Amino acid sequence: MALEPFTTHTGVGVPLRRSNVDTDQIIPAVYLKRVTKTGFEDGLFAAWRNDPTFVLNQDAFRNGSVLVAGPDFGTGSSREHAVWALKDYGFRVVLSSRFADIFRGNSGKQGLLAGQMSQDDIEQLWKLLDNDPGATITVDLAEKTATCGTAVFTFQVDDYTRWRLMEGLDDIGLTLRHEAEIDAFEAARPSWKPATLPVLS
Amino acid sequence: MGRTLAEKVWDAHVVRKGAAGEPDLLYIDLHLIHEVTSPQAFDGLREAGRPVRRPDLTIATEDHNIPTVDIDKPIADLVSRTQVDTLRRNAAEFGVRIHSLGDVDQGIVHVVGPQTGLTQPGMTIVCGDSHTSTHGAFGALAFGIGTSEVEHVLATQTLPLAPFKTMAITVDGELPEGTTSKDIILAVIAKIGTGGGQGYVLEYRGEAIRALSMESRLTVCNMSIEAGARAGMIAPDEKTFAYIKDKPHAPKGADWDAAVANWRELVTDDDAVFDAEVVISAADLEPFVTWGTNPGQGVPLSGSVPDPAQMTDEGERAAAERSLEYMGLKAGTPMREIPVDTVFIGSCTNGRIEDLRVAAEVLKGRKVADGVRLMVVPGSVRVRLQAMEEGLDKVFLEAGGEWRGAGCSMCLGMNPDQLAVGERAASTSNRNFEGRQGKGGRTHLVSVPVAAATAVRGTLSSPADLAPAAQPALV
Ligand code: SF4
Repeated sequence: MALEPFTTHTGVGVPLRRSNVDTDQIIPAVYLKRVTKTGFEDGLFAAWRNDPTFVLNQDAFRNGSVLVAGPDFGTGSSREHAVWALKDYGFRVVLSSRFADIFRGNSGKQGLLAGQMSQDDIEQLWKLLDNDPGATITVDLAEKTATCGTAVFTFQVDDYTRWRLMEGLDDIGLTLRHEAEIDAFEAARPSWKPATLPVLS
Repeated sequence: MGRTLAEKVWDAHVVRKGAAGEPDLLYIDLHLIHEVTSPQAFDGLREAGRPVRRPDLTIATEDHNIPTVDIDKPIADLVSRTQVDTLRRNAAEFGVRIHSLGDVDQGIVHVVGPQTGLTQPGMTIVCGDSHTSTHGAFGALAFGIGTSEVEHVLATQTLPLAPFKTMAITVDGELPEGTTSKDIILAVIAKIGTGGGQGYVLEYRGEAIRALSMESRLTVCNMSIEAGARAGMIAPDEKTFAYIKDKPHAPKGADWDAAVANWRELVTDDDAVFDAEVVISAADLEPFVTWGTNPGQGVPLSGSVPDPAQMTDEGERAAAERSLEYMGLKAGTPMREIPVDTVFIGSCTNGRIEDLRVAAEVLKGRKVADGVRLMVVPGSVRVRLQAMEEGLDKVFLEAGGEWRGAGCSMCLGMNPDQLAVGERAASTSNRNFEGRQGKGGRTHLVSVPVAAATAVRGTLSSPADLAPAAQPALV
């Protein structure tokens, strides 16, 4: 088990009032040359972070962990770094009315919850967060609800992804549940299959 | 019902059958690693506290980012150096064998596998590199994977995979003199398109494929990905067995007999059904060259740059217009009149010993045209040493070419060997995308004999276009 199991999460909501935020905006290509899988927080929304009015540059939102984004979040290239950057910054949840398929798939695999809700609900959340900067949102994955103050919204996530997130299983964790079968397969492999170890001659 | 070659190899590796619509869990026999796509995979293992499950089925080599001259000096580019250093550290930490710069087995990952005998029929082979399809020439199911899949294989030696479709590419008849397996695959891609193979594993078959040497078959399978296919395969035969026999990692003694008996079963059954079939007549083929910025934009060398205005498909026309602008070419120009600045002979497509022999044969007693730079880059250190033993290096140097160390080199603009903006190359590699060989560089994909002849004439040419070579003076 490599991911932290996700049941409920409470954190500061961050209104990102932009649509079509593509993976290049989430993390520009120059950050892809790194050799680590962590430490991408500085690249998150890099182009916007220089702007003092950008939401993450405001004290109330700086420590946010629930991103409330506009429609078509995560479009563009398939880079997994987009999810890494959001997670490294501290986000555990992204809420949007529409996600790019690949981004949604990558999120589920990396333990970031991508919850889909209606654009009306997103707008309402934006208003609540604007009126009370720094307000927290409580996300309950079992109930599929997001609560801000007294307002309760529902979001959607497919059952399989929800199960994986709640169990904290990444792809590898899932496969390793079948380790006994892998062991059995290996035991039956022919002896003449090559190994990469140095050959004595 | 009978099964295709690809289905047989797949079935033999299913660890766990997926429920309807779900992926099967497949066992991976060999995992090849290089410096560009592995760092985060190892980092992920470290983070989760997981070991490499089977270091003995994993091998690393340095190829994409390394220089091909001054290999004893530190790598100048910082990002490249960091990636190479990281690979070395990861290999040491996780117990993975590595062929580093300077090692006699270092080279392009897809050249090293076959030459050491690690690539064998019926295996599943993966690598974080799309040209892993190369190894399919031995009847292996070999395909490229992404970085998170690299981590998955390192940790579990398996991959969850959705089933694929199968396509037969039958190349009938005999290849005419002067054409090569590179011309076969360029013609295949031009015929089915760069997306034509999507979702398929291709099986190349027919008389012309059987007649190819093992190394020529590697060239065909190498470019399967350029037709959009996940993998390409050729059924193993006596040539395959002979090529593998006595290689360092080949089975020995009784193991050899058992292996060959198993390998002989690796043919598509007569009653097996492919999901799609394409037939190509080898006799119609000519040396093929590309004019555009994807490998499907090719014509015979005797042809001309096509006119986008004549194209009926609007998307195709727009793409052609963009390509011609980038390539700096005018519609109607005969391909043979296009001058080049650089000729690159190398890569995992055409950087093996047979390729170098063909190039040397054309270049012997001839000189590279004024103003043209010829780079000959062996695919591995062993290819380099073999070539030097045969004196091929002298032929290249005497012709006025450069003879360099082993690596991916000018196949991609990730190491110091790059085209300058606006420079034009005839290249034996596999991709002619914008900027592939360096920012603003222009690439014509060609076969080895065409590359060598082009270096001599200075414009795209085949050996048939050359004046007779100078004979050595009698003494
Ligand atoms: S030679 Fe080119 S295609 Fe082959 S592995 Fe290297 S970069 Fe990739």
